[in-house]
Amino acid sequence: MTAAISIEGVHKSFGKVMVLKGVDVEVPESNAVCLIGASGSGKSTLLRCVNLLEPVDSGRILVHGDDITSYEVDANRVRRRIGIVFQAFNLFPHMNVLENVTLGPRKALKTPKRDAEARATELLARFGLADKRNEYPDRLSGGQQQRVAIVRALAMEPDIMLFDEVTSALDPELVGEVLGVIRDLAQTGMTMLIATHEMGFAREIADHVCFLDQGRILEQGPPERIFTAPEEPRTQEFLRRIIEAGRM
Amino acid sequence: MLSPLRTSSMRGWVVALTLISLLALGVPGLQLSGVPASSVFWATTALILVYSAYVAEVYRAGIESVHPSQEAAARSLGLSRLQTLRYVIVPQAVRRVIPPLLNDFIGLQKDTALVAFAGPVEALRQAGIFEAANFNFTPYVCAAVLFLALTIPLTRTADWLIDRDRRKRAASGVA
Repeated sequence: MTAAISIEGVHKSFGKVMVLKGVDVEVPESNAVCLIGASGSGKSTLLRCVNLLEPVDSGRILVHGDDITSYEVDANRVRRRIGIVFQAFNLFPHMNVLENVTLGPRKALKTPKRDAEARATELLARFGLADKRNEYPDRLSGGQQQRVAIVRALAMEPDIMLFDEVTSALDPELVGEVLGVIRDLAQTGMTMLIATHEMGFAREIADHVCFLDQGRILEQGPPERIFTAPEEPRTQEFLRRIIEAGRM
Repeated sequence: MLSPLRTSSMRGWVVALTLISLLALGVPGLQLSGVPASSVFWATTALILVYSAYVAEVYRAGIESVHPSQEAAARSLGLSRLQTLRYVIVPQAVRRVIPPLLNDFIGLQKDTALVAFAGPVEALRQAGIFEAANFNFTPYVCAAVLFLALTIPLTRTADWLIDRDRRKRAASGVA
């Protein structure tokens, strides 16, 4: 069976800095794959490449077997099938929650306003945000904003969700509510590629964990093995520092 | 005290004056057929050309002040470049440039006095004519009142717009 996402030998440089030096990752249908690694190891860049927010320099990315990195591909169509949630939420500050969530469906999918709003209301209710539909983002807590951002991505009914360190900008007591939403999505069988610093969470939710180091996948495997018996010295070193920091 | 004087006297003044004299004195002088010969028309055109350039810069600065992550968020939803500008970038930019735009509109108001240079009589020039005829300075006061009658409501409107935007966001919690 073809994987939902296959990343094959992806290279990406910004100027002279090579951020991704040949990355291969497979995300099978309905799996959650976690990317771990230090800041600057290329996790975010990899996710942005999958969403075509950054063009790859070489290599290919296949989504359900279709090469999305080829020139003929309509990037807007690809992005409609792949949702992404950012570290800094990136909600639209001049729109209330409902407008934030319905903008994509209404303008990109041409869903009638009434249908888009009904669907958005349903999603907001499912994630405990029903009473926030008329609020503006700056009236919401970080956790609520991030949940709205997740709902905004889900409103496009994507096949795949990308999460880019979605809890890194949150106060510690708000991390749980956002992870809870992702856990929910995992249970519904959503295909997910998750960059995270929450090792406990990665260990619990991931079907597969990839350790990125200086633009390469240094080690990958099932979470039990990566977290308990990593083979590479750099992975061991990274995990030791995480444990020292009390994050696992 | 000196620097605002310098800025406001040099800013646009020279360009506006040059363009006004070039167009309002020059074009009618060419006596081209089918081209308006009115110096008011050409002086207005000159002001439009000068100020549209200023206003364009203000809008550009506003658009660039919107963080790139907003564009990334919009494009990630599958919105096209144009839709992203239309629904996400420009609405935020316009809210931010209200104060500098107001500034330019008031500057434009003042620069209409430059039009007199090319012949057409505007408020300040008219006041000068009355003053010369009657040795009475009241017409200048009158011109100043006219100027204020236009700028004060404009300033108030801009303040109201900014306030309304702020209130809308703050009040959403109560609703």
